[in-house]
Amino acid sequence: MSAHTTELVVFVLLFLLVSGMGFVASRWRRPNDLASLNEWGLGGRSFGSWITWFLIGGDLYTAYTFVAVPALVFSSGALGFYALPYTVVVYPLVFLVLARMWSVSHVHGFVTPADFVRARFGSPTLALAIAVTGLVATMPYIALQLVGIEAVLKAMGITGHLPIVIAFAILAAYTYQSGLRAPALIAFVKDSLIYIVILAAVIYIPARLGGWDSIFDAAKAKFDASPAPGDGLLLNANNQLQYITLALGSALALFLYPHSLTGVLASKNRNVIKRNMSALPAYTLVLGLIALLGFMAIAAGTKPVVTDGKADANTIVPVLFDQMFPDWFTGVAYAAVGIGALVPAAIMSIAAANLFTRNIYREYLNKNATDAQEANVSKVVSLVVKVGAVLCILLLDPQFSIDLQLIGGVIILQTLPSVGLGLYTRWFHKGGLIAGWAAGMAAGMWMLYLIPNAATGKAHFGGSAFPLANLGFDTKMTIYAGFLALAVNLVVAVLATLIFRAAKLADGEDATARDDYFADEGDPKVKDLDLTGSH
Amino acid sequence: MTTGEPGQPRTDRSPWNWLLVVPIVLPLLTFLFNADEPRLLGFPLFYWLQMAFIVVGIICTTIVYRMTK
Repeated sequence: MSAHTTELVVFVLLFLLVSGMGFVASRWRRPNDLASLNEWGLGGRSFGSWITWFLIGGDLYTAYTFVAVPALVFSSGALGFYALPYTVVVYPLVFLVLARMWSVSHVHGFVTPADFVRARFGSPTLALAIAVTGLVATMPYIALQLVGIEAVLKAMGITGHLPIVIAFAILAAYTYQSGLRAPALIAFVKDSLIYIVILAAVIYIPARLGGWDSIFDAAKAKFDASPAPGDGLLLNANNQLQYITLALGSALALFLYPHSLTGVLASKNRNVIKRNMSALPAYTLVLGLIALLGFMAIAAGTKPVVTDGKADANTIVPVLFDQMFPDWFTGVAYAAVGIGALVPAAIMSIAAANLFTRNIYREYLNKNATDAQEANVSKVVSLVVKVGAVLCILLLDPQFSIDLQLIGGVIILQTLPSVGLGLYTRWFHKGGLIAGWAAGMAAGMWMLYLIPNAATGKAHFGGSAFPLANLGFDTKMTIYAGFLALAVNLVVAVLATLIFRAAKLADGEDATARDDYFADEGDPKVKDLDLTGSH
Repeated sequence: MTTGEPGQPRTDRSPWNWLLVVPIVLPLLTFLFNADEPRLLGFPLFYWLQMAFIVVGIICTTIVYRMTK
């Protein structure tokens, strides 16, 4: 352990610095009263372009991404690079959609995607389905942030769970106190560190490894020698469809995650969101370079840390940094990953807490909850959620969280017809959307269950690449399971809507109006309208 | 966003929006870039071209934002 002392000191110092910032954040842009979800959970809905850029960037590009994507590139090559087209496609895809979501949420005071669905389709049942889907998809994602921290701790020779428990206890405390302001402030440090580390990595490491040419050649040599069918420096005939559908499916899913929407709703007007759709791809460039660290690790002959006889592929990047950088800078790089876990973990727990408060507590437990009660429930639930995430990692195999996160991506996609298409059309019947959601969930789970993983020896839930041969096609091609499940969802939703309409089954009422979807900062909100209307 | 004349309903429709289709479709056409050669600065085509698509995305979203503001 003494070999890592410098790294550890730098890591701990930076970690303490951001923890202090987390507590101070409650005083940053201080409102008169923190006791409402608008303030605690959405930072006062007042963030401008810069803060939003750091916040959403810090939220979407998580610590787990930073260790898992290069690990995937390290083991399978080109397929792991799907993260790049995924994060190029997503911004133009949601450019108009998010502006609408912002406007309608601004007018009606929505805090979660399920709030919107509740008002748009007038169905508490559908809203509950959307909320529960969001919760189930988000929880393992929080647990995975711990996996990110654990990877750097392992690389520093630290095993055992105590450091993670401490880190999460600190995180829980300042999130409780400062709400969304804490990750927003810390995101500045996190993203700056990430940019510095990656710039240094892509200049310094290739120079030491004999240039990019030899890095890619080393990777090619590795994959040419490997017998596995899915790997390679390039895609092959069988995994191209998987690459395309995984990139597109992930892009469609990204802003359906409640925590992504939290960052969007915290911004102060439509232009902030639109401007960010052109500015956020800067992170994509960083992600692409981070992915290539996987190839650098191949060229450098990096070996993952082995604990209890199991090699942990997620330690590839931390170990590479340790091999390449001077100790003090490795410490900075580890801190970047560690702090990189705190920002999304905080936002995700806030988003999950808001879902519970708005769509379960307020809907079913206390219909007349005041703003202060809502904020209090959210604060407590955000603690519960983090304890749950820590317990997941302590008591269960981390692999379980990874499986759950894989499932999470597939199931969150099943909220697209209600949340995404719902912003554009009220054509769907609420019952049709519920039927489609149920069918999509079932199809997705069935497909994931059927996917084995030869590399880890798992028989089920071994990945998201569904072989089309399972459907009777004579081919080795695979497709992203979530994409296929969404197709099932849409078909069922359309058919069921037609049937329910023909049967004249009662549909819910739409509480939103056309103009709500284009409203901007300064336009009247429903609350104001109610007040002026009743007096 | 088009603020529009009073009395005219607001909308986010604009022919400029079609420009957004380019960075959505381009990165998904794997046949365009699934090749090693030509390399750029040592990067195989597969990698440098996809990174270049980031710039395409930024240009297209910026133009649409400016023209529909």
